[in-house]
Amino acid sequence: MNSPIEAIGLTPYLGIGAILLVLGVFGIFLNRKNVIIILMSIELILLSANINFVAFSAATGDLSGQVMTLFVLTIAAAESAIGLAIVTVYFRNRGSIEVDDITMMKG
Amino acid sequence: MMTQIVFYVFAAVLLLSATMVVSARNPVHSVLFLILAFFNAAGLFLIAGAEFLAMTLVIVYVGAVAVLFLFVVMMLDVNFTQMREGVQRYAPIGGVVGGVLLVELLMAFMHWRSASNIGQIAHLVPSSPERTNTAALGDVIYTHYIFLFQACALVLLVAMIGAIVLTLRERPTGRRQNIDRQHDRTVADSLEMLQVPLGAGVDAQGGFLRPRESYDIAAVPGTYGTEAWRVAEAKDATGTALVIATPAHGTKGEGDE
Repeated sequence: MNSPIEAIGLTPYLGIGAILLVLGVFGIFLNRKNVIIILMSIELILLSANINFVAFSAATGDLSGQVMTLFVLTIAAAESAIGLAIVTVYFRNRGSIEVDDITMMKG
Repeated sequence: MMTQIVFYVFAAVLLLSATMVVSARNPVHSVLFLILAFFNAAGLFLIAGAEFLAMTLVIVYVGAVAVLFLFVVMMLDVNFTQMREGVQRYAPIGGVVGGVLLVELLMAFMHWRSASNIGQIAHLVPSSPERTNTAALGDVIYTHYIFLFQACALVLLVAMIGAIVLTLRERPTGRRQNIDRQHDRTVADSLEMLQVPLGAGVDAQGGFLRPRESYDIAAVPGTYGTEAWRVAEAKDATGTALVIATPAHGTKGEGDE
């Protein structure tokens, strides 16, 4: 039996990736004040990139896309760890995590 | 047919939970929906034949990243209802940007087609049907992509050190380990032979039999142990039962007695 992706095709995967990307971007605009939700939206955007990588990898029978997904996963984990550390330190200093307050660093 | 049903169920739950991530009122719910979204994305990966990545996604995201998010959301005492204030104001512009992006992607989809000879293109890393996904991926990662793989390890190391450096707080209380001092210790420094009278006990220095100088070396200045023994010594000088001699005219040392 062939890979199940041939029963579905590449386009539904790409469509899901596209909608997920739009949802992530929309989430960044919707939750302008809450840094934690912005970080989660970035995770969604990276997940949409991963879905595209895996779909193309399976559709063309080349494993390179899956290796790239592995690297994207690594970067996403590192990014969220650093981001949440910054949020924690910022909250410790300011007592809030509102993004609007960060513009006070302009002086 | 079965595959398609499973695919569309996973896809629908993925998109619904992604919508809930960005629109939930409570950030804890957002994190839980993010976990659900990643589980369903792992299902999509499984259907695409990427078993190793599906398991990695579950382990890395649900096991580490989502728990990290949950930890931070619950640890920070943030007024989250106040956070939702700007939503009404920002929703239109977010909708406009998202809509424009979606239209652009749809236009790209409509004019996009694969090359006709895509099946004949020689792949750098062909996936072969007789090997499992994990074994094939392992072969590829440790040969073609070994430098990128090690660079990833460096990225993770830097992220770990960065997170620790950012959040580490020097607390001025408590006693710290002084490793140089520990390694320099000799028996003569640390062991003190005392002639304790029968039934008298040792009250000085809080009952610890250790050289008084050692309090000064390891302790943070101004905390317990540094000043305390001088106070105790002053009290001892007024005459308690047992006064432990300082090492200078010592009862200390292996040659004693």
